[in-house]
Amino acid sequence: MLHKRTPHTGLLALAAFAVAGLFLLQTGLSVTALAASTANAVGVGVGVDPHAVPVPPPPFKDEDVFPCSECHDVEDEPDTTRRQLEMAHEEIVLEHDQENRWCLDCHDANNRDHLRRASGALIEFARSYELCGQCHGTKYRDWKAGVHGKRTGSWLGAKQYLLCVHCHDPHSPSFKPLEPLAAPMRPEEIR
Amino acid sequence: MSRDVTRRQFLCIVAGCAAAAATGCSDFTHTALFRDNFRDLSPAELKDILADLEKKHSATYGKQVTVGATPALDGVEFGYALDLSRCIGCRRCVRGCVEENNQSRDPQVQWIRVLEMDSEHGINLEHSDPYYDAEKVPEDGKFYMPIACQQCRNAPCVKSCPVGATWQEPDGIVVIDYDWCIGCRCCMASCPYGARHFNWGRPSIPADDMNPATHYLGNRPRPKGVVEKCTFCVQRVRKGLYPKCVEVCPVGARKFGNLLDPNSEIRYVLDNKRVVVLKSEQNTQPRFYYFFG
Repeated sequence: MLHKRTPHTGLLALAAFAVAGLFLLQTGLSVTALAASTANAVGVGVGVDPHAVPVPPPPFKDEDVFPCSECHDVEDEPDTTRRQLEMAHEEIVLEHDQENRWCLDCHDANNRDHLRRASGALIEFARSYELCGQCHGTKYRDWKAGVHGKRTGSWLGAKQYLLCVHCHDPHSPSFKPLEPLAAPMRPEEIR
Repeated sequence: MSRDVTRRQFLCIVAGCAAAAATGCSDFTHTALFRDNFRDLSPAELKDILADLEKKHSATYGKQVTVGATPALDGVEFGYALDLSRCIGCRRCVRGCVEENNQSRDPQVQWIRVLEMDSEHGINLEHSDPYYDAEKVPEDGKFYMPIACQQCRNAPCVKSCPVGATWQEPDGIVVIDYDWCIGCRCCMASCPYGARHFNWGRPSIPADDMNPATHYLGNRPRPKGVVEKCTFCVQRVRKGLYPKCVEVCPVGARKFGNLLDPNSEIRYVLDNKRVVVLKSEQNTQPRFYYFFG
């Protein structure tokens, strides 16, 4: 066979004696055969049903912010006029089609603990991808297939998804630049 | 041992022991010096060798090191896809790879190289720069292309190895038997992707950072004077895990799976996305695809 080779014939030049016996004895010992791991039959596909895939809870910046109904009293008549917020949430700067949209296009005025579809149907925060998927259909399709966004875990078993909002701030969804890690050394710098 | 020791082999063993004793070289163990190519080992010999390596590395790094040799899974051919429209060039994959695969920190060995390219030139290696040092990435007008081993179906490195120290496994991973490699670097000369790296010096890995879960054909510590490269994290993927670079990529640009499973993520990419392979004119037929998500 091509890859057969007599072990280190060059070393023949260095003749020697005594220590060899011990090593010869060791290599001659028979040991129990290594049980070759039985190969797993692989045929488990990637589920395309997002409900079958575990998503982590939504990443609220402040743990106390949810449930929203703690502050937004359902008894109060909500002010649905489009306006600049001044009493609360004024830190949120909408950079997400802000010319055409505002808070209550996605947040439900009467049930603050839910999001709302364009149809008015309510969506839980934990399933916010359904909301995003209304406009970003192709990305939603890829995400369900595991191709848009990050998946961790097992390529043939249980996988961990992330929600859209783990990577994209829903109020400013463009991915924010990162500091790169150090450049590799140039060959001339390597000693 | 399954066969009688010939006079020639006996003399080799005698000579080898003397050399090891004379030079005091601790890298040489009897299993590393006087054994067959990995593919010709009997299960008993392999077990012996793995135990020997585990003992040696555990002593060196002061922790329990395991050296496995999990074979390829049935019905699996691995494929990899990288979304060029997502990659931001942050080099998190490079660090993850170095730490997972026990690459030498000094002299520096890195299996993944991230190239910065000009959007106006498209994929053009002559207009690429691996040494970019931006404050924040991605920069305007640039895109990034990480390159590591392409796990070619028609691998030039395998063909050019004069001793059969590198070959393609049934699951498609091109591996190296570090103890069979003679360090001639023919494979490096023949690889069109610069994916193979030579240990010019004795590799150094801080004991605290050394990853003790190793595979014989993958991330076990390498000796000086041998070639190494990406193995799709053979120690992880044969256990069903994603490669480390997939796990650490902050933008999810890296996709991995079984090409033979029509429902896998990798097949979804091939079926639905615009896909390119690097240097297709070389007819290397990579299992590594670049796509635009």
